[in-house]
Amino acid sequence: MPEERRSEGKPTRRRLGGLNARNTNVLAGGFVWLAALGTLAILVFIIVYVLWQGLPHVSWEFLTGTPTSMGRTGGIGPMIVSTVALSFLSVLIAFPVGVATAIYLTEYTREGTLTRIIRFGTEALAGVPSIIFGLFGFVFFVIYLGFGWSLLSGALTLAVMILPTIVRTSEEAILTVPKAYREVSYSLGASRWQMVTTVVLPAALPGIATGVVLGLGRTVGETAAVILTAGAALHMPTSLFSPARSMAVHFYVLAREGISDSNAWATGAVLLVTILFTNVIINRLLLRAMKRQAAR
Amino acid sequence: MLKERLIQYLLLALALTAVLSLAVITVFILREGLPVLIEFGPIRFLTRSEWAPTQGQFGILAMVVGSLWVTLGALLVGVPLGVAVAVFVTDYSPPLLAQVLRPAVQLLAGVPSVIYGFIGLKILVPLIRDSMGGAGLSVLAGALVLGIMVLPSVIAVSEDSIRAVPQLYRDGALALGATHWQSLWRVVLPAAKSGIVASIVLGMGRAVGETMAVIMVVGNSLQLPSSPLEAATTLTSNIGLEMAYASGAHRQALFATGIVLFAFIMLLNLVASAFRRRTIRA
Repeated sequence: MPEERRSEGKPTRRRLGGLNARNTNVLAGGFVWLAALGTLAILVFIIVYVLWQGLPHVSWEFLTGTPTSMGRTGGIGPMIVSTVALSFLSVLIAFPVGVATAIYLTEYTREGTLTRIIRFGTEALAGVPSIIFGLFGFVFFVIYLGFGWSLLSGALTLAVMILPTIVRTSEEAILTVPKAYREVSYSLGASRWQMVTTVVLPAALPGIATGVVLGLGRTVGETAAVILTAGAALHMPTSLFSPARSMAVHFYVLAREGISDSNAWATGAVLLVTILFTNVIINRLLLRAMKRQAAR
Repeated sequence: MLKERLIQYLLLALALTAVLSLAVITVFILREGLPVLIEFGPIRFLTRSEWAPTQGQFGILAMVVGSLWVTLGALLVGVPLGVAVAVFVTDYSPPLLAQVLRPAVQLLAGVPSVIYGFIGLKILVPLIRDSMGGAGLSVLAGALVLGIMVLPSVIAVSEDSIRAVPQLYRDGALALGATHWQSLWRVVLPAAKSGIVASIVLGMGRAVGETMAVIMVVGNSLQLPSSPLEAATTLTSNIGLEMAYASGAHRQALFATGIVLFAFIMLLNLVASAFRRRTIRA
């Protein structure tokens, strides 16, 4: 009888029909496990599939060569250079602005209307879809400012896109620096700016670096915003004003226009390995940041 | 002291960049898209489905409907799966597996959308075509690909809010004789409701805004889809495809489409952040 009594809770019966609470418990647990393992399986499948399709076509010649006949043959040298240039330029632009924003929000002001506006702007910017960034970059940098389809237009657009990421991670990192550090610095007669540069920033560095690498990763994989602002020219960029085609854009064009599946997958494999690599770095950095915090 | 002052103003100026960018984005997209929107009439623009931009016909109903279907489908796939994964990480997982799952979900968020799109095209599309009929390029394919793509946002935000529910709640329910699942379903998940709703709205924003993956699998047909197996087009995929060659009024109409998309996403973000704020307060 105690067995039956346990499943007597009325609401359970009403909501779940013939299922008693124990069976539901087991079924739900099964679903939750399935969902988690399924998600892992999807990720593993994506990685294995792309590498399996792409890696056999990746060679030194592919990585360094120039594309011929629209990318049907030849390599992706210019695309790798363009991707690296776009990513680093955009981080170079977004990094100082993002860290300055974080410093201002955490060290230089109290919560008020102004910080609320800044936070709202940052948060809203984070939700803007990449195609909108593409439209904006096209009409503002490419046309209005006259930069044309170029590395510069692409990098500026991407910089605006990753700015919220850098602000958020930097702010979080700065907030974990203990208050006592700041007080010691002040008590030694440091000015606010001295305190920030000699105490807060060094202590927050691993966290800030995470944001930078996160931003790098996002720019490497971005397609919609890049194709509208940097263009899709196949040749090697020679200056900030050269049009350029990133790896992600190259992959998209090859795949969508059916130019070459094998070269598309090979490009995809290089792209994915790059992303994997940045993710490993992110996790290393996060781990270091956490260890530092634990050591305090 | 003067130096300190200068530094403070410089930092403030830099801190205003994000707001300023948002303003410039809004102004320039409006400037480019509003003329066509006003000339053609916003109501006609939204409620007509004839899209013949070279003949001055700008009705985006098919795209709006396509976006809604694909997004709804993505949520049907992504929300139960994502919330389940979040519950798994907080309440079921052995610590070691949770340590694997977190970077895995992060990586899932890092996979470029074009790669999702091409895998969808190469695997899901033939699968749908062979098992359910139709061309394969369909609302369903778009929904499945997007359902996976929204997982990271749904998982991250849901996980935070489930983690924020005090352990006492779980213990209390268990002490009253509830099963593990009952304590989660009746006590923990309701307590985390605002955060979960925020994660859903956020995922919705992701799905509506995604472009490249959708272009590859959804078929890009301007017809109104009458079943999930039919091809459709979305606001984003139409912009992404036609910006490649559009000019003049056609291009302005694409920016007008962008205005509709932008307004919708901003609305979703406001809703999501309102729900998130409520979680933090609770």
